[in-house]
Amino acid sequence: MDRREHLKLLLAGGVGAGLFLATGCSEEDRRQSEEILRDTGYGYGRADYEEEHDRKLFSETFFTETEFEMVKVLADIIIPADEESGSATDAGVPDFIEFMMKDYPPFQLVTRGGLMWLNNQCNSRFGKTFLGCNEAERLEMIELIAWPDRAEPDMQYGVRFFNRMRDLVATGFFTSRMGVDYLGYQGNRPGFWNGVPEEVLAKHGFEYDQKTQDESIKEEDRYRIAEWDDDMNPI
Amino acid sequence: MSFEMIVPKEKYDVAIVGSGAGGGMAAKILSEAGLSVAVLEAGGFYDPAQEEYRTQLRWPWESPRRGANTVRPFGDFDAAWGGWEIDGEPYLRKNGTSFDWFRSRMLGGRTNHWGRISLRFGPKDFKRKSIDGLGEDWPIGYEDVKPYYDRVDKLVGVFGTNEGLEDDPDGYFLPPPKPRLHELYLKHAAESVGVPVIPSRLSVLTRRVNEERGACFYCNQCNRACNVYADFSSGTCLVQPAMKRGNVDLFTNAMVREVLTDSDGLAAGVVYINTKDLQEHRIQARVVVLGASACETARLLLNSKSVAHPNGLANGSGVVGRYLHDSTGSDRMAILPALFNRERYNEDGVGGMHVYTPWWLDNNKMDFPRGYHLEYWGGMGMPLYGTGSGMESLRQHIRDEFGNSSPNGGFGIGLKKDIRTMYGSTVGISGRGECIARYDNYCEIDPNVVDKFGIPVLRFNYTWSEHELKQAQHMHDTFEEILTAMGGILVGEKPGADQEYGLHAPGRIIHEVGTTRMGNDPATSALNKYSQAHECKNLFVVDAGSFVSQADKNPTWTIMALSWRTSDFIVEQMRQGNL
Repeated sequence: MDRREHLKLLLAGGVGAGLFLATGCSEEDRRQSEEILRDTGYGYGRADYEEEHDRKLFSETFFTETEFEMVKVLADIIIPADEESGSATDAGVPDFIEFMMKDYPPFQLVTRGGLMWLNNQCNSRFGKTFLGCNEAERLEMIELIAWPDRAEPDMQYGVRFFNRMRDLVATGFFTSRMGVDYLGYQGNRPGFWNGVPEEVLAKHGFEYDQKTQDESIKEEDRYRIAEWDDDMNPI
Repeated sequence: MSFEMIVPKEKYDVAIVGSGAGGGMAAKILSEAGLSVAVLEAGGFYDPAQEEYRTQLRWPWESPRRGANTVRPFGDFDAAWGGWEIDGEPYLRKNGTSFDWFRSRMLGGRTNHWGRISLRFGPKDFKRKSIDGLGEDWPIGYEDVKPYYDRVDKLVGVFGTNEGLEDDPDGYFLPPPKPRLHELYLKHAAESVGVPVIPSRLSVLTRRVNEERGACFYCNQCNRACNVYADFSSGTCLVQPAMKRGNVDLFTNAMVREVLTDSDGLAAGVVYINTKDLQEHRIQARVVVLGASACETARLLLNSKSVAHPNGLANGSGVVGRYLHDSTGSDRMAILPALFNRERYNEDGVGGMHVYTPWWLDNNKMDFPRGYHLEYWGGMGMPLYGTGSGMESLRQHIRDEFGNSSPNGGFGIGLKKDIRTMYGSTVGISGRGECIARYDNYCEIDPNVVDKFGIPVLRFNYTWSEHELKQAQHMHDTFEEILTAMGGILVGEKPGADQEYGLHAPGRIIHEVGTTRMGNDPATSALNKYSQAHECKNLFVVDAGSFVSQADKNPTWTIMALSWRTSDFIVEQMRQGNL
């Protein structure tokens, strides 16, 4: 597929719509389309003015290369890989943070300043920037700002900065495909809600009483056009 | 989808301003009666069934901001085009007071993203002044509106249960969905402290009501507007079906700036500005129906001055814009440790709560008039922007098998696991109550400012009174009582008097009503009991502007019932040759 075909498909359906399977496109097509999606903001029900806004944000770059490297290192300190999933950078979190800097400008100064503050601290302690430090030195520094309840008063600048980074990294990870899988979210697919599974109910000490069972919607009735008796009861 | 330019008829029977709940219902009823109808919508065409508008069933990563609310006020996937602030369409506030005005510029208006809570007003709700001496009675009673509530139930569809409650009347309900797990915890806890909990009443189709609309498939995303029309939106369920049957011309991107009147002071049509090319157009009509939303309708009337109506159209009484009131609203959240590390299953359900609490106490025994209802939230919802944040203060609530508390903040695999542990364990309660309508809460035309279409804008003056403050204080006592009985860890502090007991700013609940209220006395009301202007017999209002009081109920169901009633009246009056 060429770029135009990708755009056409994206405008028609978006990468999440299952259209790729339907149209017989390959995994490579899907990957390319996702890149274009990131480049253009197309594909999830945008109004014209929103599409224009997103395209503008994607055309700008906020972080310098050095800053972006620092964001990557911090992201993987906050959400590392483990036996169950990849890390924040594996999930594309730094790109999300870059986007949010432009999408919510109040993030810009505090994040840029926070990264510089981190470099200043590392320069004072170790005589090198954060990226110049080895892993042990980086962690020694992070330990001083990662625990708000026990951080020293003069570390508060760092605590606030790191709280914000923790929020952004965590939210970026847990809203990525990888993070949603790790979290175990089971929804966003058409189905029928027939109540809490019985074993879960039992574990929490609940049951549906007879009234609830009688009055609640039953799966076999959902496509029957509603009718009522003279006492306003559904039949 | 590109829409062809419609060539307007020389004269319509009816011109309807606005395509939301009120305008949409009027368009359907009037066109089915054989009248030719023009619907003017300030925003663009919208249909969630068409792929280019669809946000339903999207994943968080499809949004580069992961669903954050930096562009759309209720998040990136929410259906509303518009919000509290719209570029080029300002409004102002007076005397240091606050009011936030939400506008959706799109076919169907705010019915595309609303919470679908569909509550009939009860017999007492129409006669509050007779009960507590405050505000004003409606010129009509429940018995006048009941037949229309019945029709709306059957046409539009609402699930719920008949409970025989005096002021929360029974209806023609579809079967409700079973409660979710956190809702069982809340129900159990609430009932243990004397707060009743019943199935909620939402206009979501657990069963089909006709061949044109599908049944709910339980994705929890009604606020994104439904692909198969299994929830109610005016565009999908009223305006588009009416257009298919004929007699309706829809003009989108049509910002009405004035109602035209003739030399007798009767309505003759409307003037609108095409928001795309900024050209002015006129629509002639025998009857003009305003359903632009309470405040937008007031603005339009006040901006429609003429020799016959020097104070603005239908405003000889000076009440247009007055008696503005929105629901009270306050909320509280808790963490429920019993839900830590909970079993995973698809808990989406419908787009909203499956159970709720209608007002249950006797105001004779309270220190405030009027009630509030309780809405419940929580569950294993789709992770969106914000998921996993706040661990600098929330993480301490997680304990290991030895009872040791996790430290706040941190990083690494432990943090990652703790966020997963906490997922789906937050629950909350929102109180939504009735504010007393007061003359001194109002919107009016600002003498200095126009919007980008050159139309003078509104300015607001709105304060909460002692009644609303005491009610909100009571709400918070209730929240704490229920959440604590549930075993929840309360998050944040209980707001005190200095924070107006956590009351959201007026307008934030988006239930504003009352600006063109109905009444029998033309000196104190703008409309008669059929929502017909006292001073202009072929002018009607079908939005919540006609409300005398708002009840502790969400207004949409009453807007539709009254719009249907007014539409029947218009048809009858036209048949009799009175219009």
